[in-house]
Amino acid sequence: MSRARSIAAVVALASSSRALAVPLQDALDPAGPQAQHLVALWDLMLAMSTVVFVLLVGAAWIAVLRRTRREIETPDLAHSEQEHRRLTRIVSAAVIVSALGLAALVIATIATDRALAGLPLQDALHIELTGHQWWWEASYDNADPSKVFTTANEIHIPVGRPVIFSLKADDVIHSLWVPNLHGKKDLIPGRVATHTIRADRPGIYRGQCAEFCGYQHAWMGLLVVADPPDQYAKWEAHQRETVSTPSDPTAAAGQHVFESGTCAMCHAVQGTTANGRHGPDLTHVASRMTLAAVTLDNTPANLAAWIEDPARIKPGTNMPGNNLPPADMGALLAYLATLK
Amino acid sequence: MSEVVLDPGSRDVDARALPSYAFGTSSLMWWGTVGVAAIEGTAFALAIIMYFYVRTRVQTWPPSADPPELIWGTVNTLILLASLIPNQLAKKAGERQDLRGVRIWLCVCLLFAIAFIVVRGFEYTALNVKWDTNAYGSAVWFLLSLHTTHLVTDTFDSAVLAALFFTGPLEGKRYADVSENALYWYFVVGAWLPIYVVLYWAPRWM
Amino acid sequence: MSTPALPGSSDVFADPARDARDAPLPEESVGLWGFLTTIDHKRIGLRFIVTAFGFFVLAGILALLMRLQLAVPENGLIGPDRYNQIFTTHGTTMMFIFAVPIMAALGVYLVPLMLGTRNIAFPRMIAYAYWLYLFGGLMLYTAFVLDVGPDAGWFSYVPLAGPQYGVGKRSDFWAQLITFTEVSGLLVTVSIITTVFKLRAPGMTIERIPLFVWAQLVTMFMTMFAMPAVMVASTALILDRLVGTHFFNYAEGGDALLWQHLFWFFGHPEVYMIFVPGLGVVSAIVPVFARRPQFGYPAMVVSLIATAFLSFGLWVHHMFATALPDVGKVLFTAASMAIAIPTAVQLFCWTVTLWTGKTVLRTPLWFVLGFFFILVLGGLTGIMVSSVPLDLQLHDTYFVVAHLHYVLIGGAVFPLFAGFHYWFPKVTGRMMDEQLGRWTFWLMFIGFNVAFFPMHILGLEGMPRRVYTYSAAMGWGALNMTATVGAIVLGFGILLFAVNVARSLRYGALAGANPWQADTLEWWYSSPPAFGNTHRIPVITSRTPLWTPGGIAGEVRGLSRSPPETLVTSGLEAHPDHRVAMPTPTIWPLISAIATTVLFIGSIFTPWAVVWGSIPVAIALTIWFWPTRAEARRHRALEKSP
Repeated sequence: MSRARSIAAVVALASSSRALAVPLQDALDPAGPQAQHLVALWDLMLAMSTVVFVLLVGAAWIAVLRRTRREIETPDLAHSEQEHRRLTRIVSAAVIVSALGLAALVIATIATDRALAGLPLQDALHIELTGHQWWWEASYDNADPSKVFTTANEIHIPVGRPVIFSLKADDVIHSLWVPNLHGKKDLIPGRVATHTIRADRPGIYRGQCAEFCGYQHAWMGLLVVADPPDQYAKWEAHQRETVSTPSDPTAAAGQHVFESGTCAMCHAVQGTTANGRHGPDLTHVASRMTLAAVTLDNTPANLAAWIEDPARIKPGTNMPGNNLPPADMGALLAYLATLK
Repeated sequence: MSEVVLDPGSRDVDARALPSYAFGTSSLMWWGTVGVAAIEGTAFALAIIMYFYVRTRVQTWPPSADPPELIWGTVNTLILLASLIPNQLAKKAGERQDLRGVRIWLCVCLLFAIAFIVVRGFEYTALNVKWDTNAYGSAVWFLLSLHTTHLVTDTFDSAVLAALFFTGPLEGKRYADVSENALYWYFVVGAWLPIYVVLYWAPRWM
Repeated sequence: MSTPALPGSSDVFADPARDARDAPLPEESVGLWGFLTTIDHKRIGLRFIVTAFGFFVLAGILALLMRLQLAVPENGLIGPDRYNQIFTTHGTTMMFIFAVPIMAALGVYLVPLMLGTRNIAFPRMIAYAYWLYLFGGLMLYTAFVLDVGPDAGWFSYVPLAGPQYGVGKRSDFWAQLITFTEVSGLLVTVSIITTVFKLRAPGMTIERIPLFVWAQLVTMFMTMFAMPAVMVASTALILDRLVGTHFFNYAEGGDALLWQHLFWFFGHPEVYMIFVPGLGVVSAIVPVFARRPQFGYPAMVVSLIATAFLSFGLWVHHMFATALPDVGKVLFTAASMAIAIPTAVQLFCWTVTLWTGKTVLRTPLWFVLGFFFILVLGGLTGIMVSSVPLDLQLHDTYFVVAHLHYVLIGGAVFPLFAGFHYWFPKVTGRMMDEQLGRWTFWLMFIGFNVAFFPMHILGLEGMPRRVYTYSAAMGWGALNMTATVGAIVLGFGILLFAVNVARSLRYGALAGANPWQADTLEWWYSSPPAFGNTHRIPVITSRTPLWTPGGIAGEVRGLSRSPPETLVTSGLEAHPDHRVAMPTPTIWPLISAIATTVLFIGSIFTPWAVVWGSIPVAIALTIWFWPTRAEARRHRALEKSP
């Protein structure tokens, strides 16, 4: 069922424009052990809550409605000691049952916590995720510094392998939340947090910033693509490759526009002189499914619109508009299309 | 209740026989003063907790600064403690409803107040850190300024009360006000003691 | 509606000579000047309630705007800047300007009446507290209307609200709004606590205090120890923004989490400061409509106190997703679940009271039924979010929006509306329309559930909070539209309530003193009670003085009528102790509030406002305190030394 949904999602992706058809941002459709433990806890709590709700509210409503009088009658001040004792026993019993139920839930909580902490971490992938207003920077760590690479807003992970995120924030507090995989964790400036997940089935899992972070908090999405291991290895290797100067003259002109214009002040493309650190790394931007933190499908029309006037699509965004002459824009787009 | 019951058959109360003001926990002003002290005391406690919270965030303490100079803070602590004597004497004079005693001791209290406000000024110059240097400096200035605000308001309250005792119009309940004002003075001095230890000694011990 | 004399009800009404002394006490202030200078707790309490309700309506309109924006995906009705201001103002208003103040205002009006005294303690301070509250609320809405309203959320997290990312003065308006409402609220706590301990009618021992008053007392203590935390936090925020301190700047040893600790140390008790008075209202209404005394009075009192204590130990449950050590977090889960137990005790005791009573269904009891349904549901989702791991999915999603509205609207607003319909006859002398009241209830109940239940599902389906729009591909459109429809129905319910109030003020049936044939003292006084709550202070022998034969066993004689005096009694046993004269009406609380407002607003723009602005404040306060010769003379005429 879920594989069909992810295929449908990719198909929908290919056809829509601004609206991104990736419906997988669902806490009740777990794709990994962390989210699975949480669904189990949810199921337990939902079941117990439903029973308690029916009993409590049922008793209260029946107490009111069962023998109502039409007029206000004289108050009844005589209540026997015996009745008082009986009622006290009933209330006490109810309190004890409630306390036991709550104790059970505390135990279930501890058990779930331990299950979450028990994720085996051998051979884990290490990703350093930094939250910015309003995009995600992902840096894949490696013992060998030459193998470290950086991407943005779309990360790939291998199915079946644990991933350890180191979470940092560049400006304000953000929160990483990919509900199909795990609960959320805050990215707090000045602190480093750790979050561990594992995807056990392939798919595209959408996430979103879950801590209010300013104007474009609503459009700070993240895609976590879980690939089968061999496919992941290919993706990882490709990410490390730098792109050579394009042979096509229009695209080459576009590279010149990129490097000498404002683009390079914020963005980086490995293998060129563009080394900006304020915006997403664009080395392989053409291979991404979306633009602007999962706001737009990655099509040439969307890309052009975004470059020209980002504030129209995401009001308040930090990226300035670029009023390029049409020839330059065409060249730039051609160049960016080569950055697969 | 028996002394004010009019007739044994009814439970009526004759309030004419009762006093029209009171001292200590009987008086409404006592409760008002203690209520305000509880609120302000909570604020002081939180400011102290904030100071220690900042401590957990840095390696050395104080960070990049010397601790505040001991001299002015210690002198002021002694002045504040000494001021409790005229304060207590004013309280007792109020409870005796002794007009002359109240006038004298409130004025003596005010002399101490001027002294400790002046010395508080010197304390600020000897902190060895500014409020905008780092979070430690911010916490130090915050804690000290929170207390300074109380010194100033307490001095002002006491001055107004003292003035009233010279100019009138007076009535019996003003003596209760003197007693409650002394209570507030105790609070302001008492609150200073842990703050003094935190500001001046904690960085030397930590 | 005529009230037949019930056997056992106090027959002090029957004495014509005494009735002649029911004329209002002199020195009641009238006209505009009277409005500005009154020290009558009922007039001040009522204006507090009406003002808070006005802010409730404003915040409700903001909510409707949000719902209209979110009704369809990718809606262009409201942009992100305005939307952020709207949800910030909505939350800030509901939490700081509506819910906490209105509950305290109910106390200002009702507590002295229920205790059988003439006025609240420190009435001029209450007057000052009202004006400060009003001016603070007006400041916030002025900023909002001018498009410089705070936009960092009602909780104003740093660094978003800090000097670097919180541009302009927006968050400063938020921080000073806190200062206004917190100073106002703290002054009210001192007053109500003093009233409950010192101004009870003789014979009203600690075990005879109505549960409503217990709830108010407990709430005031919570307020006293929680509000300083948000005052410290908001002061630190303004200092960071205005003079360069570094409390929340990690680069200089500060910490963003320090804000969260300080804010939530206040913020969690705050929701109980809103909820506990609602419990008090329910405890006032249930016995009356069950026609029997509340079952389990001692357990109810202990539960209120336990709730208050426990509420201070929960705050980290708002921070489960942060980088705090996991070890400590589970303790907060246990505490957050434990606090359900005292609430459950109350629910069981009310159920037992109703089950063994002779219930009569009137509008107040309908709203109590709504309270049972909605609050219990909210409490159960609260248990869900209190669990650390599950909260990691639910935190900061629409599930929490659903939860918080279920507990706040179920636990506070529904009891509040029950209380409005219940006490309206006492305050105005007329009954509300029962038919309209029922319609109001059903519109509110159905509208509320249709609006907020779908949000549980939206949260689980991945919709985060505080988003001005969402992608069409997420599939959230249908549930959002449903929620919007529900919100509109809820809005109509509240509108209908306003219509009922307006009509009943003019055409409602005359109520008499005790239309519900209730048990507590406020129903002994005329409807509405006269200034000084009549000249009689009762002597009490029962917890239900109007039901128990001989419950009012006598009266206090010999208190002056001009200036009016009231009786101070001893702490636990309420023995008569001494008399105090009530203050005379005065304009100085208003003038002091204006001076304080200038100081507070000025200090948003420059720190020197604190220095220069305190001079007029000091002058105004001094004149307020300074007695006049005439007043001192009158007091000396009545004086008796202890």
